[in-house]
Amino acid sequence: MTSRPQSAEDSVGIVEQCTVRLFEGERPLVLASGAVLAEVDVAYETYGTLNDTRDNAIFICHALTGDAHAAGLHRDDDHRPGWWDTMIGPGKPIDTDRFFVIADNLLGGCQGTTGPASTDPATGRPYGLDFPLLQIADFVTVHRALLAHLGVEQLLSVVGGSMGGMQALQWALSFPEQVGSAVIIAASSRLNAQNIAFSAVARESIMRDPGFAGGRYLEVGTSPDTGLSIARMMAHITYQSEAGMNQKFGRRFQFGEDARRGFGVDFAVESYLDHQGRVFLSRFDALSYLYLTRVMDYFDPFADDDAAAALAEVGSPCLVLSFDSDWRFDTSHSRAIVRELERQRVPVSFREIRSPWGHDSFLLTIDDYHRTVAAFLRRVAEERPAKETRR
Amino acid sequence: MTLRPDQTVVTRFVPNGSRVLDLGCGHGSLMRHLMDRRGCTGTGVEIDPDAVVDAIGKGVPLIELDIDRELDQFGDKSYDVVILSRVLQATYKPRDVLTEMARIGSRCIVSVPNFGYWRHRWVLMRGRMPMSRELPHAWYDTPNIHLSTLADLEDLFDVVGLDVWERRLSNPDGRQRHYPARWANVMAANAIYVLTPRS
Repeated sequence: MTSRPQSAEDSVGIVEQCTVRLFEGERPLVLASGAVLAEVDVAYETYGTLNDTRDNAIFICHALTGDAHAAGLHRDDDHRPGWWDTMIGPGKPIDTDRFFVIADNLLGGCQGTTGPASTDPATGRPYGLDFPLLQIADFVTVHRALLAHLGVEQLLSVVGGSMGGMQALQWALSFPEQVGSAVIIAASSRLNAQNIAFSAVARESIMRDPGFAGGRYLEVGTSPDTGLSIARMMAHITYQSEAGMNQKFGRRFQFGEDARRGFGVDFAVESYLDHQGRVFLSRFDALSYLYLTRVMDYFDPFADDDAAAALAEVGSPCLVLSFDSDWRFDTSHSRAIVRELERQRVPVSFREIRSPWGHDSFLLTIDDYHRTVAAFLRRVAEERPAKETRR
Repeated sequence: MTLRPDQTVVTRFVPNGSRVLDLGCGHGSLMRHLMDRRGCTGTGVEIDPDAVVDAIGKGVPLIELDIDRELDQFGDKSYDVVILSRVLQATYKPRDVLTEMARIGSRCIVSVPNFGYWRHRWVLMRGRMPMSRELPHAWYDTPNIHLSTLADLEDLFDVVGLDVWERRLSNPDGRQRHYPARWANVMAANAIYVLTPRS
């Protein structure tokens, strides 16, 4: 059911990451809160070719710990392709033979885009906890600035999973005329107490690590490694399903057939979590983790009763997908989004996809999932000229 | 895109530009037709994965859900027309489904095969479960678990508060026929009801 096809034919091949300064000097980034960031750099990648009419662009929004590297390889000897390589490529649902695909790293991130670990030009020191709090709308502001930089005015679609789905939703609600359609996968428009609780524990484990040093660890030269890796280990559990973990690890012992019977790594699942926690340290920043999880906690776009009025007016279709084994953002979250969009007369499609793999299913090759996204995007692309002539 | 004969009749009762909910919309042909020819908007509901993907590929907004349990997804009076075309007999709780339709729609259209059709009665008299063009499955292998005669069905409409505004009858080919009212339950192979919720 799930596999990672990695033959050269269906990959976008070797890709290069770019970085651009989108806000500076006279034109700083003004956030939704009113706070100002003097300089913002953004890392991004593109795949496929922008057509002459500049109307075949699809924007990819990444999840909490994702990055701009969504597809292909950075080098020949790269053993891990971009995080959504199963979805993006020639002949894949987000077909780079037809579409021009743009992916960036989020504001507040730590993989090429300005975030709390970046240097504050005002002080010459890392921002730390002086970095302003962000909202999902701020991510969209930066995505749009990148589009302007690339000379793309209209999107065929904006697509994202988990926190990426929140960005896609926000974008469609705020700028429906720019967004031809939105694909919102395994996302939520309003976290519940359990969702917030998980993130709260993750943040606490980071902030209570002595290495956190009040958010000044980059200057002090320490690092909240223990806290960050524990946060990641716990999050990893919530991204998978009980059945999926059982299938992968069961109660297998990591070393031989016997239990060592201690408090270290003994079961295979413990080894896996330990590994995930360690690997994460090399690629993610603790402050980014705090800021980005907090953004999700406050997200509530439908608090405004007619939030989707503009989107309904434009009539851009939305596709909302959930996975039946996802308990981090279970199907009720997606249904709530669908209910709101449908109530406000946005053309919306919804499916709950069967998958044993939990929240992480949105990263995997699941036939029913992929063919649904493919059918939706193919149709959106076909309808585009008709829409133009109607105007 | 060709419509089934009963679907063609159904379209006559859908006003131009109305907002339509098509329950059990299959591959979305009827909804697509209404969108293209009648300027309608709306949503299809289906549960078969292949049909769902097909309908989405046709640009029909499609919500995958179980009609028996999940119609509370839709708000009160949120659609002008709710269509249930050849689906009622396959639902687990026809009464609940009709009640939900009456809540959601300003007008409901229900099309059904008539189990009281004389051929079915004849086959039953000879001691066998009827099979026909409308009911092509063997008794042990049929999705049609709640068959009814028109008389039974009209009783249920009354119970759930749906008034019959129009009734169209047809023969086994789906051609419309004008049978005398008292013979309808014997002569008609299929019926299409246009219903209005009793306020």
